[in-house]
Amino acid sequence: MSEILRVENVSRRFGGLLALDRAALTVTEGQIVALVGPNGAGKTTLFSIVTGFLKPTDGRVFYRGAEITGMPPHLLARRGIARTFQIAQPFAGLTVRENIAVGAHLSRPARADALAAAEDVAQAVGLTPALDRPAASLTVAGRKRLELARALAIEPQLLLLDEVLAGLNPSELRDMVPVIRAIAQRGITILMIEHVMQAVMSLAEGVFVLAEGRIIAHGAPREIAADPRVIEAYLGHGAAERMRQHG
Amino acid sequence: MKSYASIAAVVALLACVPLLTASNVALNFMVVALLIALVGQGWNVLGGYGGQYSFGHAAFFGTGAYVTAILQVHYGLNAWLGLVIGIAAGALIGAITGALSFRSGLRGSYFALVTLAFAEVLRIVASVAPITGAGVGTLIKLDLRWETFQFQSRAPFYWIILAFVAASLVLVKLMEGSRFGAYLVAVRENEDAAKAVGIDVLRVKLAAMTLSAAITAAGGCFYAQYFLFLDAGIAYGPWISVEALLAPIIGGIGTVYGPLLGALVVKTLGEVTKLATGDAPGLDLVIYGCVLILVVAFAPQGIAGLLRRRA
Repeated sequence: MSEILRVENVSRRFGGLLALDRAALTVTEGQIVALVGPNGAGKTTLFSIVTGFLKPTDGRVFYRGAEITGMPPHLLARRGIARTFQIAQPFAGLTVRENIAVGAHLSRPARADALAAAEDVAQAVGLTPALDRPAASLTVAGRKRLELARALAIEPQLLLLDEVLAGLNPSELRDMVPVIRAIAQRGITILMIEHVMQAVMSLAEGVFVLAEGRIIAHGAPREIAADPRVIEAYLGHGAAERMRQHG
Repeated sequence: MKSYASIAAVVALLACVPLLTASNVALNFMVVALLIALVGQGWNVLGGYGGQYSFGHAAFFGTGAYVTAILQVHYGLNAWLGLVIGIAAGALIGAITGALSFRSGLRGSYFALVTLAFAEVLRIVASVAPITGAGVGTLIKLDLRWETFQFQSRAPFYWIILAFVAASLVLVKLMEGSRFGAYLVAVRENEDAAKAVGIDVLRVKLAAMTLSAAITAAGGCFYAQYFLFLDAGIAYGPWISVEALLAPIIGGIGTVYGPLLGALVVKTLGEVTKLATGDAPGLDLVIYGCVLILVVAFAPQGIAGLLRRRA
């Protein structure tokens, strides 16, 4: 399998804060890869750099072997990189159908085609009953699905999901995990930021751990969960040692 | 298709007005109302559909008006050709001011202020430049022939401005059903989300502003032919910027019929006020202000929104 995304020593500084410090990761085509890390680690900043919403202070990003560092978001979207937003960003005044159709327009100039495609995408993420409701009236779970649907509508090859599972209750979570798995089975590569570890464990084939702007570990989910560096990043210095002592 | 039939019906109905009355006062009232509907439709494309609130559509109106007038007066150009060039010039001013303000990332009230500034700069330049007649103004020579876009009676003017309005209605309706229309609304609703689905936000805004300016400039060209006189305060004055946004906001922002509805209501209110108060200067503006406050507070979707809610 070939490499679809490579982030090379990317740094990003906001004034005095080094949000990303030579972060590097690679994603193989067809995989589901998770990016985890404590709050403030720089996960969303990294997403914004990959999708063109932010320019890195230093470092380079490659997509399918071609450098895309600093390219604007709409061109990256046209090349097949889609993203969702951590805080859902619906076109609030439009219906669900119209929201998804905006995405579907990317490859479909005709309005009727885009609206028809929106229905298929809505079906895939379970939004069919809400198609004609205003996006502003959706629940948190509904908005997360809409984020996913709109991103899927541009028919991406690489999909970056920024906490699409956060804020969902257990039953909504149970509904959503298979949706993500089905997307991956259609051949779309997924890089996801996620705090819900149960979902990461069941979905991801590889995990990168970001802490204080640096990638501190990567590997299979089981290895990562047992990695003392990861435990310390979340629970503080010495936590791994104490856990071992107290069983 | 149904929506185009409704446009045809509305236009056909309005086209009958000169057959019902030959009163110059009544026709003049309708011509001015339709002129405001056209200028307002221009504003509506950018402000209503694109969410970019301009406070300076006078820049486009005045450019259309002056270009038409100056080409005739100083260069002896045919008035109809002047109309075409006037519209193109207005569109060009729209593209230039749009490029300058959108490229700098101006949004919301900053964008509104910059458009106001552009219109004011043009007004001041027009009030001193020799080619515009400076303080004296520009007078188009009276020559009542259809070749010169001048008519003895009001009825032909009325039908021409109605044809402009009809064209603008169809154009906006077409836009609503197109990818460009969907993208424009998406930009209004959420720019970041629009970028994420592959929309070139800057290009969409620029296209909207150019189209918006062209429609408003057409109104300016018509004004020059109808009144045959321009000065800086008329062409580039804030009055037309205000009328341009008042009509769509009151009628229904971001709707096809909003500007037409709003212009008819606003102009009717203005006339009624004049009749009731014996033409106290400025009172119609006070009434406009009150109506605007009421609409913004109680019917943010304007009259069209109220009608839709009842339906």
